[in-house]
Amino acid sequence: MLNKLTASAGSSRFRLDLVLQAVFLALIFYLAYSVFHNTQVNLENRGIESGFEFLDKEAGLPIGDALISYTPTDSYGWAFFTAVVNTLYVAFFAIILATVVGVMIGIARVSRNWLVCRMAAIYVETLRNVPLLLTLIFIYVVVLSSLPGARSSWLLTEGILLNIRGFYFPKPLPQDGFGLVLFSVALAVVLCWGFRRWAKRYTERTGQELASFRISLVLLLGLPALTYLLTGQPLLWENPELKGFNYRGGLSLRPEFLALLLGLVLYTAAFIGENVRSGIQSVAKGQIEAAQALGLKPGKVMMRVILPQALRVIIPATTNDYTSLVKNSSLAVAIGYPDMVSVGGTIIGQNGQAIEIIGMWMAVYMAINLLISAFMNWLNARVQMVER
Amino acid sequence: MHKIKTAMLGLLLCGALPATAGTLADIQQKDELTCGVSEGTPGFSNPDASGRWVGLDVDICRAVSAAVLGDQEKIKFVPLASKQKIVALAAGQVDMTSRTTTWTMKRDTKEGVDFTAIVYYDGQGFMVNKALGLTSAKELDGASVCVTTGTTTELNLADFARANGINIEAVVFEGKKEAFNSYKQGRCDAFTTDMSQLASWRSTLPNSDDHVILKDVISKEPLSPLVRHGDNQWKDAVTWVINGLIEAEEKGVTQANVDQLASSSQDPTIQRMLGVSGDMGGYIGLDQDWLKRAIAAVGNYGEIYDRNLGENTRLKLDRGINSLWSQGGLFYSPPIR
Repeated sequence: MLNKLTASAGSSRFRLDLVLQAVFLALIFYLAYSVFHNTQVNLENRGIESGFEFLDKEAGLPIGDALISYTPTDSYGWAFFTAVVNTLYVAFFAIILATVVGVMIGIARVSRNWLVCRMAAIYVETLRNVPLLLTLIFIYVVVLSSLPGARSSWLLTEGILLNIRGFYFPKPLPQDGFGLVLFSVALAVVLCWGFRRWAKRYTERTGQELASFRISLVLLLGLPALTYLLTGQPLLWENPELKGFNYRGGLSLRPEFLALLLGLVLYTAAFIGENVRSGIQSVAKGQIEAAQALGLKPGKVMMRVILPQALRVIIPATTNDYTSLVKNSSLAVAIGYPDMVSVGGTIIGQNGQAIEIIGMWMAVYMAINLLISAFMNWLNARVQMVER
Repeated sequence: MHKIKTAMLGLLLCGALPATAGTLADIQQKDELTCGVSEGTPGFSNPDASGRWVGLDVDICRAVSAAVLGDQEKIKFVPLASKQKIVALAAGQVDMTSRTTTWTMKRDTKEGVDFTAIVYYDGQGFMVNKALGLTSAKELDGASVCVTTGTTTELNLADFARANGINIEAVVFEGKKEAFNSYKQGRCDAFTTDMSQLASWRSTLPNSDDHVILKDVISKEPLSPLVRHGDNQWKDAVTWVINGLIEAEEKGVTQANVDQLASSSQDPTIQRMLGVSGDMGGYIGLDQDWLKRAIAAVGNYGEIYDRNLGENTRLKLDRGINSLWSQGGLFYSPPIR
């Protein structure tokens, strides 16, 4: 009897939970629906257009610095896409450079060299405790006020120059036969990969180390260089030339892009540096002492013993910093780089359809960051597997 | 960016709430007018040294507040970025926007707002360094031009380049201050905005004589305050306060003589305007002294212009096409009767 009672009480509690959850879910759906519905009605009452038809219409707005081909006669949709590519462009390079700088800062933070250690600490504390917006504006103003005008550019070497309008360098113009060079690059990469695998097994079998780094380098540089010479140097260069107000031709990086890149890299590197430091410090001291006792050089200790174990701590934290970096790139508008928030803002100004554009911003940022998280989780899983 | 998100939230919230009664009744009930202005545009809307908002656009708000609430100080000024100015109004964050906004067909018909009456006829121009030796904006082929985002200015620039088959690199900034600062540093060959603004920005340069404003005016920019679409009574009230200020200049009614004219003028038009006869105020849901209070607060249109943009100000803008029709300008108020 008693048993039966408890059982039925248990199942009714179970049912009550379910009911509560269902009610809560229904409430959320109802709220979401009523917000959506009322917004629709009110937009209609005020005669505000809604929907995404405007994406096909001619944009008419200028984008000064576009990675892909864009003219004002293109559609709003293409203008937005151009700006998304700009966002990806700056975020991609910022993530790579921030990682490189961050790892160096992190290693410097645990250095036994007093000066190196202090400098890294000052760097981290300064960058981490100043709002990124201020850092960006500061860098932009410093960049602008330190660079010379177009007519008095700093000529680094023939075709490479720096002035207030940007960093200019020659544009490669591939000729017939350049495909072969590209092919040889791919071949070198494949060969190199195969060699590294073989060399690893060789070392495991014999205990002897090959100079695999040097051999790979020779392979990666030598093979393409040889092909390039044999095919008769199938590459011409177009140098930037001063015409009228600005240099034209060649390739260039605008000061807005450079300032944004620099700001994002320096800021995020401070955080990544801290991740690296905590990762390194999480590795048991005994591990390091054991490696040293085996006679490994300091560089090898770092690369082979400390970092692989530290990565398990570093990667999850760094995933957050990568996604923050992507979101922070939206500050571009303050210093005139046409990222998707800047261009989207213009589209809102022209079009008045704020909800649609904000929805698109959210969707794109979310997609980028989910992809980054997915990749980093995959990487993390791989690193975890190494654990023995 | 942040503000746009707030505006968006406002839009959603207002979407979630049921519509309210007329704007005019709401304003009178809360005894305060919420007026969207710029983040700082000398001559139009800008806080002065003591933090009080001044400018032509601000005075329009003050006149409306005086007419509707009987006090030109019962206003909450809300600074809006360029790309928010329409969204915030349509979302109900402000009762009216008086913020150097160009009257365009798209905005008037598709963005949930209505324009009231033109308070300034502007046009877009360019400022360049004198050393470049330019005489026309058409010579700007290949130049970098600093401009603000979310404005018609940005589109006009692209249109101008296309129409003349020239190539212009637009460097687009969120705020005018940032855009102008970059021009000052030499990042751009030219700075473009409305003509009325170029003069005031130029006056802030330490070496202002080294910079010239090109003669080319590449667009029409009729600037008008705006209200939310769909509330005709409120739109009428704002429109007729502005018309009244223009009519007052034509009739010689000033801040100084408005009380005296109200008690002694025999001119039937002035009598109607100042509520001595007829029921003009009743037509727009206000009392008889509406226009008298507005003029007493900020003066007629000519006085507002002179105080904020005229000879004795830093901008020193010639009245030009912004004169009354009777003096060769474009200002012409429909009759108040």
